[in-house]
Amino acid sequence: MTSLVIAEHDNTTLKETTAKTVTAAIALGQPVHVLVAGQSCAGVAEAAAKLAGVEKVRVADDARYAKIVAETMETLILSLAEGYDALLAPATTNGKNVMPRIAAKLDVPQISEIIAVEGPDTFRRPIYAGNAIETLQAAPGKKVITVRTTTFKAAGEGGSAAIESVAAAPDPGLSKFVGEELSKSERPELTAARIVISGGRGMQSGENFHMLEKIADRLHAAVGASRAAVDAGFVPNDYQVGQTGKVVAPDLYIAVGISGAIQHLAGMKDSKVIAAINKDEEAPIFQIADYGLVADLFKAVPEMDEELAKLGY
Amino acid sequence: MIKVLVPVKRVIDYNVKVRVKADQSGVDLANVKMSMNPFDEIGVEEAVRLREKGKASEVIAVSIGPAQVSETLRTALAMGADRGILVKTDATVEPLAVAKILKAICEAEKPGLVICGKQAIDDDSNQTGQMLAALLGWPQATFAHKLELAEEKAQVEREIDGGLQTVEISLPAVVTTDLRLNEPRYASLPNIMKAKKKPIDEKTPADFGVDVTPRLRVLKVSEPEKRKAGVKVKTVAELLDKLKNEAGVI
Ligand SMILES: Cc1cc2nc3c(=O)[nH]c(=O)nc-3n(C[C@H](O)[C@H](O)[C@H](O)COP(=O)(O)OP(=O)(O)OC[C@H]3O[C@@H](n4cnc5c(N)ncnc54)[C@H](O)[C@@H]3O)c2cc1C
Repeated sequence: MTSLVIAEHDNTTLKETTAKTVTAAIALGQPVHVLVAGQSCAGVAEAAAKLAGVEKVRVADDARYAKIVAETMETLILSLAEGYDALLAPATTNGKNVMPRIAAKLDVPQISEIIAVEGPDTFRRPIYAGNAIETLQAAPGKKVITVRTTTFKAAGEGGSAAIESVAAAPDPGLSKFVGEELSKSERPELTAARIVISGGRGMQSGENFHMLEKIADRLHAAVGASRAAVDAGFVPNDYQVGQTGKVVAPDLYIAVGISGAIQHLAGMKDSKVIAAINKDEEAPIFQIADYGLVADLFKAVPEMDEELAKLGY
Repeated sequence: MIKVLVPVKRVIDYNVKVRVKADQSGVDLANVKMSMNPFDEIGVEEAVRLREKGKASEVIAVSIGPAQVSETLRTALAMGADRGILVKTDATVEPLAVAKILKAICEAEKPGLVICGKQAIDDDSNQTGQMLAALLGWPQATFAHKLELAEEKAQVEREIDGGLQTVEISLPAVVTTDLRLNEPRYASLPNIMKAKKKPIDEKTPADFGVDVTPRLRVLKVSEPEKRKAGVKVKTVAELLDKLKNEAGVI
């Protein structure tokens, strides 16, 4: 049988999380199809068709998928589910929103946020904020899976999958999209950035985050935050890194004024290199940081900006 | 006016350092502090506020698990829930089975709204609310940041990867809570005393005809790879030098 990957996109670009989910799907050892649901999303479908290892792209191009709500996505995926024995989506807020509905309707458990495929029915996933790793075996039958994309490499290009359109499914009329307030930024996306610089409660205000933004611009980095910084209103919710926010694994993660609570570590401890600036030498963040600087951030961060300028960044 | 149902789960307290058992059969739950899942506290708080604002008639807390989950229910009652339903089982109940039990309770109680936590901080599944909504054929608004209830519908602001999204859902519906929805109250001593007299109805999964046998086999639970502490640097210049010339990441 075949695996179906639900594509993540904004009608113009295919998100890298899809290419990473395709890699997880390929590891299941079956042909891989990708479903693109959207409106005027032909470009996205073409991008998906180029992913190496994808055999077919199925496109539901319809006004009702311009902005996806879980209920319309449910009927669409279920209308196609019969032909697949694994359905996968990235563990983004979209994937998390929709996939459990599919699992429930198919009467199968969902396997959330897998970090490794050990075999066609065996997976590893973090539990307890990543303080334990569970190895699970699914029963025979359909599998519904969300994928923690930080641990899978993106599928490369070079594919030339067939693109086929599929009919829109009935809109149950239970919910409607009203609007959205998206954070606008010229910087890379938090989950895709090669470097992330995050601030915590120690930043003291939203104003002070501009210091981090300056560094971020020099390093082409994304800016993140701890829950405490988000709760205090310094930065929007989508900056939150952690167990219950975003999981990131950049080449470099710089934690500034962040203590290193387990819930925060859960979202960044798989970064390749971790640097921390904190005035408290006992802060738990230093137990996992490759490079720790015990310093007042209000001195160290402006100094870092100057030094980077000197180095030509 | 609608009834509000709030499922609450008993989990390891968020401050506890979790330890994996040596035989890799699970994590060590012996003698560790257990609390209500923090996202469920936010759910109870939201439901109680709806009743206090005259938008809900009754708040019913449900918990599924061993006898000790009655403590979690008492916490919900002390926060202001009106009554509890305890579904007693010593089995590990997967999210799908939880959703099936909740579905049966919804069919009996006919709430206008179910408020679940977006995830439990033990298994981090993030499934139950969505599964319940699907089984009932109801709409959902997950990761709620703000909830406004009107006649027969609700407008919910949701925390999504890109920022915030607003959806309108018809009632009955399932809402799952995110961190910024509210700040849960602490139960006062008088309310803790009062909660002792509030009714808790005891059931079992069999009463709802739900088979809770796990469908996923846990082969093992292991320690994650440990990171070790690196070095302390003395100056910003030294830090940048290491990042550039030793780690090669800038
Ligand atoms: C259900 C639940 C879910 C959660 N999910 C998340 C999550 O996803 N992500 C997350 O991050 N947290 C999460 N948390 C919260 C987590 O437990 C911590 O409370 C939070 O991470 C602390 O943030 P912080 O490190 O910024 O603040 P604090 O712990 O207050 O640390 C601030 C640090 O800044 C340092 N500092 C202060 N001033 C300066 C200065 N001038 N110079 C240098 N250093 C300074 C201090 O020494 C301190 O170490 C969650 C909690 C719960 C209960």
